[in-house]
Amino acid sequence: MRLLRAEWTKFRSVPGWVRGSVVAALLILLFPIAGLGGGAPDQASPVPIGPHGGPVSSGYFFVHRPLSGDGRITVAVSALTSVRGDGAATPWAKAGLIVTAGPEPGARYAAIMVTGGHGVRMQHDYVHDRGGRPGAVSADAPRWLRLTRSGDTVTGEESPDGERWNEVATVRLPGLAATVQAGLFVACPQHVEGIGTAGDAATAAFGAPRLTGGWSAAGWAGDQVGAGTATFAGYPRGTTGSFAPAGDGFTVTGAGDLAPATRSELPVGAAAGDVLFGTFPALVVIVVVATLMITTEYRYGMIRSTLSAGNRRVRILAAKAAVVAGVTFTTCLVAAALAVPLWLRVVRGLGVYVFPVTSGAALRAEVGTAALLAVAAVFALAVGTILRRSATAVTTVVAAVVLPYLLALTPFLPPSMAVWLTRFTPAAAMAVQQTLVRYPQVDGLYTPAAGYYPLPPWAGLAVLGGYTALAFAVAAVLLCRRDA
Amino acid sequence: MSDATIEVAGLRKRYGPTTALDGMTFTAAPGRVTGFVGPNGAGKSTTMRIILGLHAADAGQALVGGRPYRSLRCPLRHLGTLLDAAALHPARTGRNHLLWLAQSQGLGARRVDEVVERVGLASASRRPAGGYSLGMRQRLGLAAALLADPPAIMLDEPFNGMDPEGIVWLRDFLRALAGQGRAVLVSSHLMSELQGMADHVVVVGRGRVIADSSVAGLIAAASGDRVRVRTSAPQPAAAALSTAGAQVTRAGDDVLAVRGLPAERVVAVLTAGGLPFSELAPHRATLEEVYLELTRDAVEYRAAAAGAAS
Repeated sequence: MRLLRAEWTKFRSVPGWVRGSVVAALLILLFPIAGLGGGAPDQASPVPIGPHGGPVSSGYFFVHRPLSGDGRITVAVSALTSVRGDGAATPWAKAGLIVTAGPEPGARYAAIMVTGGHGVRMQHDYVHDRGGRPGAVSADAPRWLRLTRSGDTVTGEESPDGERWNEVATVRLPGLAATVQAGLFVACPQHVEGIGTAGDAATAAFGAPRLTGGWSAAGWAGDQVGAGTATFAGYPRGTTGSFAPAGDGFTVTGAGDLAPATRSELPVGAAAGDVLFGTFPALVVIVVVATLMITTEYRYGMIRSTLSAGNRRVRILAAKAAVVAGVTFTTCLVAAALAVPLWLRVVRGLGVYVFPVTSGAALRAEVGTAALLAVAAVFALAVGTILRRSATAVTTVVAAVVLPYLLALTPFLPPSMAVWLTRFTPAAAMAVQQTLVRYPQVDGLYTPAAGYYPLPPWAGLAVLGGYTALAFAVAAVLLCRRDA
Repeated sequence: MSDATIEVAGLRKRYGPTTALDGMTFTAAPGRVTGFVGPNGAGKSTTMRIILGLHAADAGQALVGGRPYRSLRCPLRHLGTLLDAAALHPARTGRNHLLWLAQSQGLGARRVDEVVERVGLASASRRPAGGYSLGMRQRLGLAAALLADPPAIMLDEPFNGMDPEGIVWLRDFLRALAGQGRAVLVSSHLMSELQGMADHVVVVGRGRVIADSSVAGLIAAASGDRVRVRTSAPQPAAAALSTAGAQVTRAGDDVLAVRGLPAERVVAVLTAGGLPFSELAPHRATLEEVYLELTRDAVEYRAAAAGAAS
């Protein structure tokens, strides 16, 4: 306790260090101003919102007719290809049966489908996904699909021959109206290529649909759903959504997706983590201050006063760490807790779509950012103790912590390298700022630059914590063993 | 063993091929100022760092009040030190420098104000230490050493950079501290700084103690039975005294330094030979002379080593 008070006095009595901490907090709070330089992006098209409240892709080609009350539709799918699928289909190209509250983007639905690379799936309301039998379809191996609506429950089944049926899932669509739209659909998400995506469209061959129950006598109508929405990327050049009779069935071409939207679909959308990018300059300032706290003691010979005033050297180091971590955490937490709501409000006011964030996730990003900076400060202090020279220590810490952080945020870095950096280097701690959710049923660009990190938030912080614990242990041993 | 005693026994320390300490042994007792003198590189600072536990000795031990410094819970309450007056963060005020030291020993700001007042630094204490003169830094370092009112005080070259007025002030100050029963260990590479202040002198060279004695004893031993004779007939006088068994050296045109004969015998020999002399006095060596004599080997050794190395 005495050592803690002494180290606190040491810290607060060097004006440069106090200023550094304040500057770091101000950078967190005010740095997003730099991002407003280009003005708000032009984003006129609406973002469809699913029943769960999040942004969704709600674009597909729909061959439909009304269904009143209960009913069943059965169809065989014998081919699914896509423009960029190289003779097959993009893995999440979808063709199958759907029951939906209506063709409005974001409406409730349940669907059973074959996919390009993930077998049969039963999906509903955008975020829910259940796997069925794996394998692709072909003329030799068609897949039979059956969708049964009963009240507000929908059951999806699949069969290899139209005789033996396997249930994939039964789902509830609460509040589903008596009359719904139902029929065939084809969707095809963008194709992920390297560090970008390319528009794609899929074509599927359906057999004759067999209907039982309260179907309208009107014929099939074909429509593109969600064409004007922000999450619909359109068709590749030379293709368009269509359906045409083929034998006693249909050939249907469609693009888009029925899925939660990620940054790949909504690149202009803002996430809570985005407004914390002042963390980067703040980190530079914090590691410099924390390093100087110990290296100046060596430079000016103060270390001898410090060590002869207290004989338990590890405690002295721990007291320094507690002071710099405590100051950093407190000032940066205040800054982060103000910055997130403030800037999200500003960004929304500019008409930019903001990805939904739970208050728990926002709080975690704020507390996590303060913790990241506090732990990085202790890391810098430990490295400073090991190396003793200001310039060497600052360079080392910047190279170890700030550089991987900066590199990982570079959009042009190959995703595999960005993922490696945010998994194994101290930059892994940036995961505390992730508020975006990744979905296994969406192939997106899940890169740190887009706001997706390979590790869970606290696990990412633990990686930095591990490096810090190691550096601190080495520093403690050296401080005890070395002549001062 | 008094709480105030600083005791060093058989310290050895090597830095690579260099032997810094080679069996350093001495005691600084309470109630007196112990001068710790020797040429630069004799091992004074190394000894002090080992006493503070900053450096580890290869052999031997150093005790403060009978205990190793590293085992003391509030070490500044046992031993106050000034190692390097320049060791200050330039942006921190002198007062804040003392404040963190005080807090590390469980003391408050009031004690800081007391010592600041006592060393005469009050007006400057709220300015950044980067602007202090060396003399002001020495006073600040002294304040730090006195902060926890320790029974023993150890100062490394405290006179460096002090103006003559400051040197007089510091001598009186240290004498007063010893007068209060404290052990005061003061290092210097200039014996003259210690003259008139130190009660006891430990002379070191090449990492070991050359002489360890009270100042009076040291001077008496060095003065021996030397007698200065002023005579208008130096040559016959020297011959007569040599015949009587003395070693005689010319110490000036008409001055002889005579060793090996007490003063009464010198008078008898000169009178018997009818030789004139105008003045005859027992010779008293200065502390500086003694020191130069004692440390000549150590200095020559260093010069030779430097010559061999270049």
